[in-house]
Amino acid sequence: MTEREKTHTFVVYVENKPGVLNRIASLFRRRGYNIESLTVGHTERPNISRMTIVSSIGEGAAHRVEANIYKLVNVLSVEDVTHATTISRSLALIKVVASEESRHRLMEIVRVFRARVVDLAPRSLIIEITGAEDKIHALVDVLRPFGILEMVRTGQVVMRRGVQERVETSSPKAAEDDTRRSKQKTGSGPSGANALVEAEHPGSV
Amino acid sequence: MNERSSDSATPRKLSGAEIIWECLERLGVEHVFGYPGGAILPTYDALTKSRVHHVLVRHEQGATHMADGYARASGRVGVALATSGPGATNMVTGIATAMMDSSPIVCITGQVGSAVLGSDAFQETDITGITIPITKHNYLVTRADEIAVSLREAFHIAASDRPGPVLVDITKDAQLGSCEFDWELAAPRVHRQVPDFFPDPAQLNQAAALINESQRPVILAGHGIILSGAGEEVRRLAETADIPVALTLLGLGAFPASHSLNLGMMGMHGEAWVNQAIQESDLLIALGMRFDDRVTGKLNTYAQKAKKIHVEIDRAEINKNVHVDAPLIGDLRAILQRLLPLVKPNRHSEWWSQVHVSKQDSAVRDIQNLPDNGHLYAAHVINDLWRETKGDAVIVTDVGQHQMWEAQYYHHEKPRSLITSGGLGTMGFSLPAAIGAKFARPDAEVWVVAGDGGFQMTMAELATIVQEKLNVKIAIINNGYLGMVRQWQEFFYEGRYAGTPLLSPDYVKLAEAYGIPGLMVSERSQVVPALHTSRFHAGAALIDFRVEQEDSVYPMVPAGADLHAMIRRPTPLVERPTDD
Repeated sequence: MTEREKTHTFVVYVENKPGVLNRIASLFRRRGYNIESLTVGHTERPNISRMTIVSSIGEGAAHRVEANIYKLVNVLSVEDVTHATTISRSLALIKVVASEESRHRLMEIVRVFRARVVDLAPRSLIIEITGAEDKIHALVDVLRPFGILEMVRTGQVVMRRGVQERVETSSPKAAEDDTRRSKQKTGSGPSGANALVEAEHPGSV
Repeated sequence: MNERSSDSATPRKLSGAEIIWECLERLGVEHVFGYPGGAILPTYDALTKSRVHHVLVRHEQGATHMADGYARASGRVGVALATSGPGATNMVTGIATAMMDSSPIVCITGQVGSAVLGSDAFQETDITGITIPITKHNYLVTRADEIAVSLREAFHIAASDRPGPVLVDITKDAQLGSCEFDWELAAPRVHRQVPDFFPDPAQLNQAAALINESQRPVILAGHGIILSGAGEEVRRLAETADIPVALTLLGLGAFPASHSLNLGMMGMHGEAWVNQAIQESDLLIALGMRFDDRVTGKLNTYAQKAKKIHVEIDRAEINKNVHVDAPLIGDLRAILQRLLPLVKPNRHSEWWSQVHVSKQDSAVRDIQNLPDNGHLYAAHVINDLWRETKGDAVIVTDVGQHQMWEAQYYHHEKPRSLITSGGLGTMGFSLPAAIGAKFARPDAEVWVVAGDGGFQMTMAELATIVQEKLNVKIAIINNGYLGMVRQWQEFFYEGRYAGTPLLSPDYVKLAEAYGIPGLMVSERSQVVPALHTSRFHAGAALIDFRVEQEDSVYPMVPAGADLHAMIRRPTPLVERPTDD
């Protein structure tokens, strides 16, 4: 692949069943793509989980992965939100060396970054920060000279701004009705089933 | 779908094993290809009460190829059955074969008890984990009450959308357990049924405009035409707009070989004029094909002057290898039915005369025109087989040179008359797949065309043929080499034949050991009489054709080369015109 790589973010709705994560991860693995971060959790709907997958891959690769994720039986929808207007958050816990002398300077940094100190020990403290990736990066850079003892980060979670239509077929009967149309990337038309998957990305609302 | 209408009898208490057979019967299954073992024994025990016919195979790979051959010959779902561990892993090649060629099969495997899953119990293997990348979907079933819904979903998934293999792994305790059986409650609960994409009128108009404006169009006809049952629509499209039709290997039969608009096979061993036409075309209309590397050659130089319309059910195939100007996603037949009214009648006489010029240039190198010097060429055998069977047989090939000669010299008029492993190129496919095909179409004349290499991989299934009293004819194209690999060694490795010279048993004696009459043929004049004798023998028969050892398949586009850069048969062999 000579494609220029770029960080792509996929939002995937899946049935909450054993093995689904394996099936999705396998689509990246077999193509030699690395997953930078991956989060899975419950959603507003029962038995449906939402994954946010971040991977540094080319545009064509992203298209192929998205199309192949969509083919998995346990997947309800998949969207590459890389070019959409989104809110992105992750959380980090950072344990930093903190002597009596440096503690105040650290507190100051924490305040500026709107982070929180969640543990204070005689020679260290733990800082919790929530935010976009670049904000966490920035804090980590500032803390590094103090001595980072340990760090743990959740993967990114991403949500699009505004309201998108999302209709998924839930019964085979409804799906058998071949008069339904769905919107495709390459064309216009009334949106219908899986509009989330194929919806063109409107600007921020 | 081949589901029978279900009777809404009151729920009965059945064992998991009984539910398996009950479901298979209700799903219309008549034959199951399988091999018993410990973890599937409860299911075999319940077989004694079932109407389903069980075919005992000699290796589980054979069971999957039989299910595959059955599916390809009939369009119905083929079923293979095996035990856990080695039984399941032996199925892997067959499952991957079915996956690559979009063949609907359901593989049912026994699994160790759910209590010991993951404990490295005897004959335990993580077959669902192993087959994730080579199945459309798979199930690990640990309870009797999950069996019916899993099987119904498996059949639905295997046959719908782009077909493919589905594996259902059922633990021994699930087979032994019992529950109320309710067919209605076990309706498939697949969240999403595809195809759920349909082109809108704007896209159809765009595609129609491209067709109506094109001066040098070519239809690329693929396997999807057969899967979708769109042969008639493709013929109407080609005839309406006077478009030459090039076929992929798996597309052979989708468009009649004798039709005046048929160009022939494209790709690595396609006819030179077909590839030439594709390269000079201004519009490729790709129907149910996936621009495999074996048909495109070097992508950068592939049909550069052509716009591309791609009609395809699998969204993931769009823009995968070749950039497409007008993708139409959905069922091919449904799309063509909507597209046809928009296509204007047209004539492309200039384009056709251009195609005919390159066709004549190529014909002089055709092996059919070889003077009879007594040598037996594989092409003679295939050509004579075609004439003798009047193109009416179901030919099941293996993989290699003979497969390409078959594609070149057996002219397929009807869909599902060629069964061959295209995508995976699985040697050993032909004999078991032919067994499956014969069960699917007992009235058809079924021929195995295999090389001496591939045949030896699965020849143990000869016993299955005899045990099932099947009338399957076998032609071994025996050249004493792994011929296609030898050809590559000749062309690209300076003739160093490492690992390709191949010893065979005496196939006539081998056949006789199984009770199958065998013949050996080494001269061209003996071909027709041998075919005649075998065809009119009431049961299975085998012919060992000792063909020219170091013959090659021409023309050939070297892997990764420009499609128009073909290696031609070195010297024009023609001294006289073909005697057709």
